[in-house]
Amino acid sequence: MLELFLEQLVNGLTVGSVYSLVALGYTMVYGVMRLINFAHGELFMLGSYLGFTLLVSTSIGELGVGWGLIIIVLMVAGAMALLGILIERVAYAPLRKSGRLAPVVSALGVSIFLQNAAMLIWGSRYRAYPVWAALDRRWEIGGVHITLMQAIILGVSINLMLLLYCMIQRTTLGAAIRATAIDQETARLMGIDVNAIIRFIFIIGPALGAVAGVMVGLYYRQLHFTMGWTYSLKAFTAAIMGGIGNIPGAMVGGMFLGILEMLGAGYISAAWKDVFVFVILIALLILRPTGLLGERVAEKV
Amino acid sequence: MEVVSEAKEFPRRRLIYGALFLLLLIFPFKAGPYWTDVATFFGIYVLLGLSLNIIVGEVGLFNMGHAAFYALGAYTTGILNTVWGIPTVWLLPVSGILAGGFGYLLTRPIIHLRGDYLLIVTIGLNEILRITLINDPWGLTGGPNGVLGIKRMRLGSLVISRPIHFYFLVLIITTLVVMALLRLQRSRIGRAWNYIREDEVAAEAMGIDVRSMKLLAFVLGAGLAGIAGSIYATKMMIISPESFTFWESIVLFTIVVLGGMGSIPGVIVGSAVMMILPELLRDFMQYRMLFFGAAMVVMMVFRPQGLWPSKRWQLEMGRETEE
Repeated sequence: MLELFLEQLVNGLTVGSVYSLVALGYTMVYGVMRLINFAHGELFMLGSYLGFTLLVSTSIGELGVGWGLIIIVLMVAGAMALLGILIERVAYAPLRKSGRLAPVVSALGVSIFLQNAAMLIWGSRYRAYPVWAALDRRWEIGGVHITLMQAIILGVSINLMLLLYCMIQRTTLGAAIRATAIDQETARLMGIDVNAIIRFIFIIGPALGAVAGVMVGLYYRQLHFTMGWTYSLKAFTAAIMGGIGNIPGAMVGGMFLGILEMLGAGYISAAWKDVFVFVILIALLILRPTGLLGERVAEKV
Repeated sequence: MEVVSEAKEFPRRRLIYGALFLLLLIFPFKAGPYWTDVATFFGIYVLLGLSLNIIVGEVGLFNMGHAAFYALGAYTTGILNTVWGIPTVWLLPVSGILAGGFGYLLTRPIIHLRGDYLLIVTIGLNEILRITLINDPWGLTGGPNGVLGIKRMRLGSLVISRPIHFYFLVLIITTLVVMALLRLQRSRIGRAWNYIREDEVAAEAMGIDVRSMKLLAFVLGAGLAGIAGSIYATKMMIISPESFTFWESIVLFTIVVLGGMGSIPGVIVGSAVMMILPELLRDFMQYRMLFFGAAMVVMMVFRPQGLWPSKRWQLEMGRETEE
């Protein structure tokens, strides 16, 4: 009994940390621009595909798990950061002053575009990440199995999140981001280059998403051009659960969602797990209308 | 001044609308069954767009799970007809009322949620319903295959079965709905809705019962979507969960925003764009959806207010945005 619980807990934390990484991209963009960036999930998906291509058609993978993985992740994160800036410039920057919903539809357009681009480049069938035997090493700790890949996902995500948290809380740049999130106009008057902050957000978010994408590819091995939708929905749910615009909230929300999902799959049924997740989400929002940790978004009254 | 110009414009506008309506009456006799069918589906989308426009456009509530209400209507008709054999003519209003009732029950506990929280909850409702339909509770919904063998509507001796019958059914219902909504827009309720959209706190302070007004919008929108779902069910005779996915909700949401929030002609233009653009792009073969996505971005960037924004919106917001 306890073993199943712990097993699902480890699985949940693994998936949850991926959700957290993707949710951070949502919540940071939301915090600064009040925009639900539906295209974010596609960057995660493209990151996963790009990692796949680098692994299959170059020899980077031969450098071994350590360096090989680091180089691939850095390259993919860089590429997605560039794409993130480009998307912001083309699809969101012109709409900064025009209501809440026009940018959302623009984001949906970008999402459709990227999804179909991926389908044209990599085909509409499932692609499989090559087997990387070293990643399947397993340990047994107190009756619970954990693979090296799970350990990497947990380690990398938690470290990245701690790094981001410290950056936001401790550095001048972080203070500027927080100020921009509270009030763009005032931040501008205080000498903060709001456009630069927005560009920076669109570097960090997609880069984190891309890291998550590569790790998910290595973990589940299966790739499909629609995977962006699925993860995007989950990550967005996670961001809302934690309280949107709230960076620790996205981290907690992602973990919470991952654990919920895996416990739901383990104890209820795999077919009903998403229903379980959304019912909990709705119940949570009825009780706490601004998520677990509350939102950090100044509301215009 | 505006009132005078509107009064002067009125007969001419009525003439244009009259001519358009005549054109719509002649259309199925000239166009052949294929295009009549296309026009019928277009009409169903207009109906769905109008129903979502009440919620998103008029009141500004972010609902990205509208396909749930559409599904409720379609499945009500499908299940009640195939299991209990209730004639589909009766089920048309029943589906509307049931979908509206569900709309009330489902949104009552979440109506206080703001903006994006409401958005994710409506997406959640859509997903919950879709997965439930697939999982086939009590063998009612037929799982992934859906409900088969829904009977056609029978009006006296006329069985509504040919494309032209459906065309006129949809045309009549849509016209009635458009007329009703135009009046509703100008009524106390319509103005209250717009007030809530622009400034909820001020609306509350002016004595508008924000909660009931929002609920009313959801009930009306859900009910109308239910009617559209019922028509869809009798037209297709088969319904399956695939037709009511999150993607469907996104298309409807896009129709409203692309057309122009709270604008009835906007909904019609928006539905036309979302239906006709993919057809026009057919020449691009596999690049079709790629261009479609790009077109969505371009349209929003160049016309963020929508393709046909509502007059009231322009008059009120125009001054503010000019700066």
